[in-house]
Amino acid sequence: MIAIIDYKAGNLKSVERALKELGFPCRITQRTDEILNSERIVFPGVGAAGKAMADLRQLGLDKALKAAFEANKPILGICLGAQIILERSEENAAQCLGIIQGEVKLFPRPLLSAQKERLKIPHMGWNGVHLRKKHPVVKGITPSDEFYFVHAYYPRPSSDKCVIGTTDHGIVFPSVIGHRNLIAMQFHPEKSGAAGLRILKNFCTWDGRHAE
Amino acid sequence: MLSKRIIPCLDVRDGKTTKGIKFKGNVDVGDPVEMARFYYEQGADEIVFYDITASSDRRDIMIDVVHRVAEEIFIPFSVGGGMRTLEDMRRVLLAGAEKVSVNTAAVQNPGIIADGAQAFGSQCIVLGMDVKKVEQSETIPSGYEMVIHGGRTYMGIDALAWAKEAENLGAGEICLNSIDADGSQKGYEIALTSLICENVNIPVIASGGAGNIDHLHDVLTKSKADAALVASIVHYGTYTIRQIKDELHTRGVKVRMRW
Repeated sequence: MIAIIDYKAGNLKSVERALKELGFPCRITQRTDEILNSERIVFPGVGAAGKAMADLRQLGLDKALKAAFEANKPILGICLGAQIILERSEENAAQCLGIIQGEVKLFPRPLLSAQKERLKIPHMGWNGVHLRKKHPVVKGITPSDEFYFVHAYYPRPSSDKCVIGTTDHGIVFPSVIGHRNLIAMQFHPEKSGAAGLRILKNFCTWDGRHAE
Repeated sequence: MLSKRIIPCLDVRDGKTTKGIKFKGNVDVGDPVEMARFYYEQGADEIVFYDITASSDRRDIMIDVVHRVAEEIFIPFSVGGGMRTLEDMRRVLLAGAEKVSVNTAAVQNPGIIADGAQAFGSQCIVLGMDVKKVEQSETIPSGYEMVIHGGRTYMGIDALAWAKEAENLGAGEICLNSIDADGSQKGYEIALTSLICENVNIPVIASGGAGNIDHLHDVLTKSKADAALVASIVHYGTYTIRQIKDELHTRGVKVRMRW
Protein backbone atom coordinates (compact mmCIF):
# COMPACT_ATOMS: atom_id res chain seq x y z
CA MET A 1 0.00 0.00 0.00
CA ILE A 2 1.21 3.47 -0.89
CA ALA A 3 0.36 6.21 1.61
CA ILE A 4 -0.48 9.63 0.18
CA ILE A 5 0.02 12.04 3.05
CA ASP A 6 -2.97 14.29 3.65
CA TYR A 7 -2.10 17.49 5.49
CA LYS A 8 -4.83 19.65 3.99
CA ALA A 9 -2.47 20.96 1.30
CA GLY A 10 -4.17 20.82 -2.03
CA ASN A 11 -5.59 18.35 -4.46
CA LEU A 12 -4.50 14.87 -3.39
CA LYS A 13 -7.04 13.13 -5.53
CA SER A 14 -5.10 13.77 -8.72
CA VAL A 15 -2.15 11.84 -7.29
CA GLU A 16 -4.47 9.07 -6.16
CA ARG A 17 -6.13 8.86 -9.58
CA ALA A 18 -2.78 8.68 -11.37
CA LEU A 19 -1.54 5.86 -9.11
CA LYS A 20 -4.80 3.99 -9.63
CA GLU A 21 -4.50 4.43 -13.39
CA LEU A 22 -1.10 2.74 -13.08
CA GLY A 23 -2.59 -0.06 -11.00
CA PHE A 24 -0.91 0.67 -7.66
CA PRO A 25 -3.09 0.50 -4.54
CA CYS A 26 -2.86 3.67 -2.49
CA ARG A 27 -4.63 5.46 0.32
CA ILE A 28 -4.92 9.12 1.28
CA THR A 29 -4.17 9.26 5.00
CA GLN A 30 -3.43 11.46 7.99
CA ARG A 31 -2.67 8.54 10.30
CA THR A 32 0.86 8.02 11.55
CA ASP A 33 0.37 4.24 11.92
CA GLU A 34 -0.81 3.90 8.31
CA ILE A 35 2.13 5.95 7.11
CA LEU A 36 4.63 3.90 9.09
CA ASN A 37 3.06 0.63 7.95
CA SER A 38 2.93 1.63 4.29
CA GLU A 39 5.31 0.27 1.70
CA ARG A 40 6.10 3.72 0.28
CA ILE A 41 4.97 7.31 0.66
CA VAL A 42 3.89 10.15 -1.61
CA PHE A 43 4.20 13.60 -0.04
CA PRO A 44 2.34 16.05 -2.30
CA GLY A 45 1.31 19.61 -1.60
CA VAL A 46 0.09 22.88 -2.99
CA GLY A 47 -0.04 26.09 -1.00
CA ALA A 48 2.15 28.13 1.30
CA ALA A 49 5.07 26.69 3.27
CA GLY A 50 4.14 28.33 6.58
CA LYS A 51 0.63 26.92 6.75
CA ALA A 52 1.75 23.54 5.45
CA MET A 53 4.37 23.21 8.19
CA ALA A 54 1.90 24.31 10.86
CA ASP A 55 -0.64 21.72 9.67
CA LEU A 56 1.99 18.97 9.46
CA ARG A 57 3.10 19.66 13.04
CA GLN A 58 -0.43 19.87 14.35
CA LEU A 59 -1.21 16.47 12.83
CA GLY A 60 2.09 15.01 14.06
CA LEU A 61 3.01 14.15 10.49
CA ASP A 62 6.38 15.91 10.58
CA LYS A 63 7.60 13.23 12.96
CA ALA A 64 5.93 10.44 10.98
CA LEU A 65 7.62 11.56 7.78
CA LYS A 66 11.05 11.77 9.41
CA ALA A 67 10.56 8.32 10.98
CA ALA A 68 9.56 6.89 7.60
CA PHE A 69 12.68 8.43 6.06
CA GLU A 70 14.86 6.88 8.77
CA ALA A 71 13.13 3.55 8.18
CA ASN A 72 14.33 3.72 4.54
CA LYS A 73 10.87 3.75 2.99
CA PRO A 74 10.85 5.18 -0.54
CA ILE A 75 9.39 8.70 -0.34
CA LEU A 76 8.28 10.91 -3.24
CA GLY A 77 7.92 14.67 -2.64
CA ILE A 78 5.88 16.68 -5.14
CA CYS A 79 5.81 20.49 -5.56
CA LEU A 80 5.46 21.95 -2.05
CA GLY A 81 6.43 18.47 -0.86
CA ALA A 82 9.75 18.95 -2.70
CA GLN A 83 10.33 22.22 -0.85
CA ILE A 84 9.46 21.69 2.79
CA ILE A 85 11.75 18.66 3.02
CA LEU A 86 14.58 21.22 3.14
CA GLU A 87 15.58 23.10 6.30
CA ARG A 88 13.84 26.41 5.75
CA SER A 89 11.85 28.42 3.23
CA GLU A 90 11.88 32.08 2.33
CA GLU A 91 8.10 31.72 2.01
CA ASN A 92 6.65 32.81 5.38
CA ALA A 93 10.25 32.44 6.75
CA ALA A 94 9.13 28.90 7.58
CA GLN A 95 11.25 26.38 9.46
CA CYS A 96 10.84 23.16 7.51
CA LEU A 97 11.52 19.43 7.93
CA GLY A 98 15.26 19.44 7.31
CA ILE A 99 15.45 15.97 5.75
CA ILE A 100 17.73 17.48 3.11
CA GLN A 101 20.07 20.34 3.98
CA GLY A 102 19.36 23.57 2.18
CA GLU A 103 16.70 26.19 1.68
CA VAL A 104 13.74 27.20 -0.47
CA LYS A 105 14.22 30.43 -2.44
CA LEU A 106 11.91 32.86 -4.20
CA PHE A 107 12.66 33.43 -7.90
CA PRO A 108 14.65 36.67 -8.24
CA ARG A 109 13.01 39.72 -9.86
CA PRO A 110 13.26 40.90 -12.49
CA LEU A 111 13.63 37.51 -14.09
CA LEU A 112 14.98 37.58 -17.66
CA SER A 113 15.45 34.91 -20.30
CA ALA A 114 18.70 34.43 -22.22
CA GLN A 115 17.12 36.66 -24.91
CA LYS A 116 16.53 39.33 -22.20
CA GLU A 117 12.78 38.88 -22.28
CA ARG A 118 10.92 39.37 -19.02
CA LEU A 119 9.81 36.05 -17.55
CA LYS A 120 6.77 35.61 -15.38
CA ILE A 121 6.53 34.42 -11.81
CA PRO A 122 5.03 31.99 -10.92
CA HIS A 123 6.77 29.64 -13.28
CA MET A 124 3.63 28.08 -14.74
CA GLY A 125 3.43 25.63 -17.61
CA TRP A 126 5.46 22.93 -19.32
CA ASN A 127 9.23 22.85 -19.10
CA GLY A 128 12.03 20.34 -19.54
CA VAL A 129 14.37 18.78 -17.00
CA HIS A 130 18.09 18.45 -17.61
CA LEU A 131 19.21 15.30 -15.82
CA ARG A 132 22.59 15.61 -14.15
CA LYS A 133 22.58 12.16 -12.67
CA LYS A 134 21.04 8.78 -13.15
CA HIS A 135 18.34 7.79 -10.74
CA PRO A 136 15.92 4.83 -10.92
CA VAL A 137 12.90 7.14 -10.60
CA VAL A 138 13.80 9.21 -13.69
CA LYS A 139 14.85 6.23 -15.78
CA GLY A 140 13.61 6.54 -19.37
CA ILE A 141 13.12 10.30 -19.21
CA THR A 142 14.61 12.08 -22.21
CA PRO A 143 15.67 15.71 -22.80
CA SER A 144 12.54 16.28 -24.91
CA ASP A 145 10.12 15.21 -22.17
CA GLU A 146 8.37 18.09 -20.44
CA PHE A 147 6.59 18.44 -17.14
CA TYR A 148 3.92 20.69 -15.66
CA PHE A 149 5.20 23.27 -13.18
CA VAL A 150 3.40 25.87 -11.10
CA HIS A 151 5.46 27.56 -8.38
CA ALA A 152 7.09 30.80 -7.29
CA TYR A 153 9.71 29.25 -4.98
CA TYR A 154 12.28 26.58 -5.74
CA PRO A 155 14.36 24.13 -3.69
CA ARG A 156 18.09 24.74 -3.30
CA PRO A 157 19.89 21.93 -1.49
CA SER A 158 23.22 22.85 0.13
CA SER A 159 24.98 19.99 -1.60
CA ASP A 160 25.12 19.53 -5.37
CA LYS A 161 25.10 15.80 -4.66
CA CYS A 162 21.37 16.06 -4.00
CA VAL A 163 20.63 17.69 -7.37
CA ILE A 164 19.42 15.08 -9.86
CA GLY A 165 17.87 17.36 -12.45
CA THR A 166 17.62 21.08 -13.21
CA THR A 167 15.25 23.34 -15.11
CA ASP A 168 15.80 26.71 -16.75
CA HIS A 169 13.41 29.57 -16.03
CA GLY A 170 15.64 32.64 -16.15
CA ILE A 171 17.84 30.88 -13.62
CA VAL A 172 18.81 27.24 -13.61
CA PHE A 173 17.19 25.72 -10.52
CA PRO A 174 17.11 22.20 -9.04
CA SER A 175 13.84 20.62 -10.16
CA VAL A 176 14.54 17.02 -9.13
CA ILE A 177 16.39 16.43 -5.87
CA GLY A 178 17.12 13.30 -3.95
CA HIS A 179 18.86 11.92 -0.91
CA ARG A 180 18.96 8.24 0.02
CA ASN A 181 15.39 6.88 -0.08
CA LEU A 182 13.82 10.30 -0.76
CA ILE A 183 13.24 11.69 -4.25
CA ALA A 184 11.41 14.94 -4.86
CA MET A 185 10.35 16.99 -7.84
CA GLN A 186 9.15 20.55 -8.19
CA PHE A 187 6.79 19.70 -11.07
CA HIS A 188 3.58 17.66 -10.90
CA PRO A 189 4.17 14.18 -12.36
CA GLU A 190 0.47 13.41 -11.88
CA LYS A 191 -0.36 16.27 -14.28
CA SER A 192 2.48 15.75 -16.75
CA GLY A 193 0.95 13.26 -19.16
CA ALA A 194 2.78 10.08 -20.13
CA ALA A 195 6.20 11.32 -18.99
CA GLY A 196 4.85 12.07 -15.54
CA LEU A 197 3.07 8.74 -15.28
CA ARG A 198 6.34 7.05 -16.17
CA ILE A 199 8.05 8.74 -13.23
CA LEU A 200 5.25 7.69 -10.89
CA LYS A 201 5.47 4.12 -12.16
CA ASN A 202 9.26 4.14 -11.65
CA PHE A 203 8.75 5.39 -8.12
CA CYS A 204 6.18 2.71 -7.35
CA THR A 205 8.67 -0.02 -8.19
CA TRP A 206 11.78 1.65 -6.70
CA ASP A 207 13.48 -0.13 -3.80
CA GLY A 208 14.60 3.16 -2.26
CA ARG A 209 18.26 2.62 -3.01
CA HIS A 210 20.36 5.05 -4.95
CA ALA A 211 24.12 5.52 -5.22
CA GLU A 212 24.87 9.18 -4.46
CA MET B 1 12.36 27.56 -21.05
CA LEU B 2 8.60 27.26 -20.88
CA SER B 3 6.71 25.90 -23.85
CA LYS B 4 3.82 27.78 -25.37
CA ARG B 5 0.64 25.91 -24.48
CA ILE B 6 -2.04 24.83 -26.96
CA ILE B 7 -5.36 24.55 -25.16
CA PRO B 8 -8.55 23.16 -26.68
CA CYS B 9 -11.73 24.71 -25.32
CA LEU B 10 -14.91 22.68 -24.94
CA ASP B 11 -18.31 24.26 -24.41
CA VAL B 12 -20.55 21.97 -22.40
CA ARG B 13 -24.31 22.28 -21.99
CA ASP B 14 -26.26 19.85 -19.81
CA GLY B 15 -23.27 17.50 -19.83
CA LYS B 16 -22.85 17.43 -23.62
CA THR B 17 -20.42 19.31 -25.83
CA THR B 18 -22.09 21.78 -28.12
CA LYS B 19 -19.79 21.87 -31.14
CA GLY B 20 -19.66 18.93 -33.49
CA ILE B 21 -16.40 17.33 -34.35
CA LYS B 22 -15.54 15.95 -37.73
CA PHE B 23 -12.40 14.06 -36.91
CA LYS B 24 -12.04 10.43 -37.75
CA GLY B 25 -12.40 7.57 -35.33
CA ASN B 26 -15.05 6.37 -32.99
CA VAL B 27 -15.08 9.19 -30.44
CA ASP B 28 -18.53 10.13 -29.16
CA VAL B 29 -18.42 13.74 -30.27
CA GLY B 30 -21.05 14.78 -27.78
CA ASP B 31 -19.24 13.40 -24.75
CA PRO B 32 -16.88 15.87 -23.05
CA VAL B 33 -15.04 13.06 -21.27
CA GLU B 34 -14.22 11.21 -24.49
CA MET B 35 -13.29 14.43 -26.22
CA ALA B 36 -10.99 15.41 -23.37
CA ARG B 37 -9.30 12.02 -23.58
CA PHE B 38 -8.96 12.39 -27.34
CA TYR B 39 -7.28 15.80 -27.06
CA TYR B 40 -5.10 14.60 -24.18
CA GLU B 41 -3.80 11.76 -26.34
CA GLN B 42 -3.27 14.21 -29.22
CA GLY B 43 -0.92 16.32 -27.13
CA ALA B 44 -3.11 19.09 -25.72
CA ASP B 45 -1.20 20.85 -22.93
CA GLU B 46 -4.28 21.70 -20.94
CA ILE B 47 -8.04 21.69 -21.52
CA VAL B 48 -10.59 24.40 -20.79
CA PHE B 49 -14.25 23.57 -20.18
CA TYR B 50 -16.98 26.18 -20.25
CA ASP B 51 -20.24 25.13 -18.70
CA ILE B 52 -22.93 26.99 -20.60
CA THR B 53 -25.78 25.15 -18.91
CA ALA B 54 -28.50 27.72 -18.55
CA SER B 55 -30.32 26.51 -15.48
CA SER B 56 -28.40 26.43 -12.24
CA ASP B 57 -30.22 23.35 -10.90
CA ARG B 58 -28.57 21.28 -13.64
CA ARG B 59 -25.04 22.23 -12.57
CA ASP B 60 -24.51 18.89 -10.84
CA ILE B 61 -24.23 17.33 -14.27
CA MET B 62 -21.03 19.34 -14.84
CA ILE B 63 -19.56 18.25 -11.51
CA ASP B 64 -20.04 14.66 -12.63
CA VAL B 65 -18.31 15.46 -15.94
CA VAL B 66 -15.37 16.99 -14.04
CA HIS B 67 -15.05 13.86 -11.89
CA ARG B 68 -14.97 11.63 -14.93
CA VAL B 69 -12.54 13.86 -16.86
CA ALA B 70 -10.15 13.81 -13.91
CA GLU B 71 -10.00 10.04 -14.09
CA GLU B 72 -9.17 10.09 -17.79
CA ILE B 73 -6.61 12.81 -18.37
CA PHE B 74 -3.34 13.53 -16.59
CA ILE B 75 -2.80 17.12 -17.61
CA PRO B 76 -4.26 20.26 -16.00
CA PHE B 77 -7.75 21.40 -16.89
CA SER B 78 -9.92 24.32 -15.90
CA VAL B 79 -13.65 24.80 -15.60
CA GLY B 80 -15.50 28.05 -16.11
CA GLY B 81 -19.05 29.22 -16.56
CA GLY B 82 -21.48 30.08 -13.83
CA MET B 83 -18.84 30.43 -11.09
CA ARG B 84 -20.51 32.84 -8.67
CA THR B 85 -19.46 31.77 -5.20
CA LEU B 86 -16.56 30.19 -3.36
CA GLU B 87 -18.71 27.10 -3.00
CA ASP B 88 -19.09 26.85 -6.81
CA MET B 89 -15.29 26.99 -7.09
CA ARG B 90 -14.71 24.50 -4.30
CA ARG B 91 -16.97 21.92 -5.93
CA VAL B 92 -15.16 21.87 -9.28
CA LEU B 93 -11.72 21.89 -7.64
CA LEU B 94 -12.65 19.02 -5.35
CA ALA B 95 -14.06 17.15 -8.33
CA GLY B 96 -10.58 17.28 -9.86
CA ALA B 97 -10.16 20.48 -11.90
CA GLU B 98 -6.82 22.26 -11.50
CA LYS B 99 -8.22 25.73 -12.01
CA VAL B 100 -11.50 27.58 -12.07
CA SER B 101 -12.23 30.45 -14.36
CA VAL B 102 -14.35 33.39 -13.23
CA ASN B 103 -15.75 35.89 -15.67
CA THR B 104 -19.08 37.68 -15.27
CA ALA B 105 -19.21 37.18 -11.51
CA ALA B 106 -15.78 38.76 -11.12
CA VAL B 107 -16.70 41.83 -13.16
CA GLN B 108 -19.78 42.29 -11.00
CA ASN B 109 -18.02 41.37 -7.75
CA PRO B 110 -14.20 41.63 -7.94
CA GLY B 111 -13.95 40.38 -4.35
CA ILE B 112 -14.55 36.83 -5.57
CA ILE B 113 -11.05 36.83 -7.11
CA ALA B 114 -9.40 37.73 -3.82
CA ASP B 115 -11.58 35.29 -1.89
CA GLY B 116 -10.85 32.49 -4.34
CA ALA B 117 -7.10 33.17 -4.32
CA GLN B 118 -7.09 33.27 -0.52
CA ALA B 119 -9.05 30.02 -0.21
CA PHE B 120 -7.47 27.93 -2.97
CA GLY B 121 -4.29 29.75 -4.07
CA SER B 122 -3.75 32.13 -6.98
CA GLN B 123 -2.66 29.29 -9.22
CA CYS B 124 -6.26 28.01 -9.17
CA ILE B 125 -7.90 31.27 -10.20
CA VAL B 126 -8.14 32.15 -13.88
CA LEU B 127 -9.75 35.44 -14.82
CA GLY B 128 -11.82 35.07 -17.96
CA MET B 129 -12.13 38.38 -19.82
CA ASP B 130 -14.58 39.04 -22.64
CA VAL B 131 -13.45 42.20 -24.40
CA LYS B 132 -14.69 44.41 -27.24
CA LYS B 133 -12.90 47.16 -29.11
CA VAL B 134 -14.51 50.59 -28.61
CA GLU B 135 -13.62 54.26 -29.11
CA GLN B 136 -10.96 55.43 -26.66
CA SER B 137 -12.52 57.63 -24.02
CA GLU B 138 -11.94 58.90 -20.51
CA THR B 139 -13.54 55.80 -18.96
CA ILE B 140 -12.06 53.42 -21.54
CA PRO B 141 -8.56 54.83 -22.18
CA SER B 142 -7.23 51.61 -23.73
CA GLY B 143 -10.07 51.45 -26.26
CA TYR B 144 -10.99 47.95 -25.06
CA GLU B 145 -14.04 47.49 -22.89
CA MET B 146 -15.20 44.65 -20.65
CA VAL B 147 -18.44 43.03 -21.83
CA ILE B 148 -20.69 40.27 -20.50
CA HIS B 149 -23.61 38.25 -21.85
CA GLY B 150 -21.58 37.25 -24.91
CA GLY B 151 -20.86 40.88 -25.76
CA ARG B 152 -24.36 42.25 -25.49
CA THR B 153 -23.79 44.18 -22.26
CA TYR B 154 -21.03 46.80 -21.99
CA MET B 155 -19.71 47.21 -18.45
CA GLY B 156 -18.04 50.63 -18.68
CA ILE B 157 -14.81 49.04 -17.42
CA ASP B 158 -11.50 49.42 -19.20
CA ALA B 159 -10.04 45.99 -20.07
CA LEU B 160 -6.44 46.94 -19.32
CA ALA B 161 -7.29 48.51 -15.96
CA TRP B 162 -9.40 45.46 -15.11
CA ALA B 163 -6.59 43.01 -15.99
CA LYS B 164 -4.19 44.89 -13.70
CA GLU B 165 -6.73 45.07 -10.90
CA ALA B 166 -7.48 41.34 -11.17
CA GLU B 167 -3.77 40.57 -10.98
CA ASN B 168 -3.53 42.66 -7.80
CA LEU B 169 -6.53 40.87 -6.37
CA GLY B 170 -4.77 37.54 -6.84
CA ALA B 171 -5.78 36.11 -10.21
CA GLY B 172 -3.12 33.60 -11.29
CA GLU B 173 -3.75 33.70 -15.02
CA ILE B 174 -5.85 35.54 -17.60
CA CYS B 175 -7.84 33.95 -20.39
CA LEU B 176 -8.35 36.86 -22.76
CA ASN B 177 -11.19 36.48 -25.22
CA SER B 178 -11.77 38.99 -27.98
CA ILE B 179 -15.50 39.01 -28.71
CA ASP B 180 -14.78 40.75 -32.02
CA ALA B 181 -12.48 37.95 -33.16
CA ASP B 182 -14.35 35.07 -31.50
CA GLY B 183 -15.78 32.67 -34.06
CA SER B 184 -14.41 34.71 -36.99
CA GLN B 185 -11.51 32.36 -37.71
CA LYS B 186 -9.71 35.47 -39.01
CA GLY B 187 -6.98 35.55 -36.41
CA TYR B 188 -6.50 36.52 -32.79
CA GLU B 189 -6.73 40.18 -31.71
CA ILE B 190 -2.99 40.77 -31.66
CA ALA B 191 -3.07 44.39 -30.48
CA LEU B 192 -5.32 43.60 -27.52
CA THR B 193 -3.31 40.51 -26.57
CA SER B 194 -0.03 42.45 -26.75
CA LEU B 195 -1.45 45.24 -24.63
CA ILE B 196 -2.49 42.89 -21.83
CA CYS B 197 0.63 40.67 -22.03
CA GLU B 198 2.93 43.67 -21.72
CA ASN B 199 1.15 45.10 -18.73
CA VAL B 200 0.57 42.13 -16.41
CA ASN B 201 2.98 39.69 -14.81
CA ILE B 202 0.71 36.66 -14.88
CA PRO B 203 0.36 34.27 -17.83
CA VAL B 204 -2.09 35.19 -20.58
CA ILE B 205 -4.04 32.71 -22.70
CA ALA B 206 -5.15 34.28 -25.99
CA SER B 207 -8.64 33.33 -27.10
CA GLY B 208 -10.86 33.97 -30.07
CA GLY B 209 -10.19 33.96 -33.78
CA ALA B 210 -7.95 30.99 -34.56
CA GLY B 211 -8.56 29.86 -38.13
CA ASN B 212 -5.14 28.67 -39.28
CA ILE B 213 -1.61 28.09 -38.04
CA ASP B 214 -0.40 31.56 -39.04
CA HIS B 215 -2.87 32.94 -36.52
CA LEU B 216 -1.46 30.77 -33.74
CA HIS B 217 2.09 31.60 -34.75
CA ASP B 218 1.36 35.33 -34.73
CA VAL B 219 -0.33 35.43 -31.36
CA LEU B 220 2.39 33.33 -29.72
CA THR B 221 5.28 35.33 -31.18
CA LYS B 222 4.13 38.87 -31.99
CA SER B 223 1.96 39.30 -28.91
CA LYS B 224 3.91 37.06 -26.50
CA ALA B 225 0.84 35.20 -25.27
CA ASP B 226 1.81 32.28 -23.05
CA ALA B 227 -0.85 30.00 -24.49
CA ALA B 228 -3.44 29.90 -27.24
CA LEU B 229 -6.99 28.63 -26.93
CA VAL B 230 -8.31 26.68 -29.91
CA ALA B 231 -11.88 25.64 -30.56
CA SER B 232 -13.39 25.42 -34.05
CA ILE B 233 -10.14 24.66 -35.87
CA VAL B 234 -9.66 21.48 -33.87
CA HIS B 235 -13.33 20.61 -33.27
CA TYR B 236 -14.14 20.75 -36.96
CA GLY B 237 -11.03 18.81 -37.84
CA THR B 238 -9.24 21.53 -39.83
CA TYR B 239 -6.11 20.58 -37.88
CA THR B 240 -5.22 18.11 -35.19
CA ILE B 241 -3.37 19.32 -32.11
CA ARG B 242 -0.39 17.35 -33.36
CA GLN B 243 -0.42 19.11 -36.75
CA ILE B 244 -0.59 22.49 -35.02
CA LYS B 245 2.35 21.62 -32.79
CA ASP B 246 4.42 20.08 -35.58
CA GLU B 247 3.98 23.22 -37.67
CA LEU B 248 4.68 25.65 -34.80
CA HIS B 249 7.76 23.63 -33.87
CA THR B 250 9.00 23.77 -37.47
CA ARG B 251 8.59 27.55 -37.38
CA GLY B 252 10.68 27.82 -34.22
CA VAL B 253 8.00 28.20 -31.56
CA LYS B 254 8.82 26.19 -28.45
CA VAL B 255 5.97 23.74 -27.85
CA ARG B 256 5.83 20.41 -26.03
CA MET B 257 6.50 17.80 -28.70
CA ARG B 258 6.63 14.55 -26.74
CA TRP B 259 3.69 13.07 -24.88
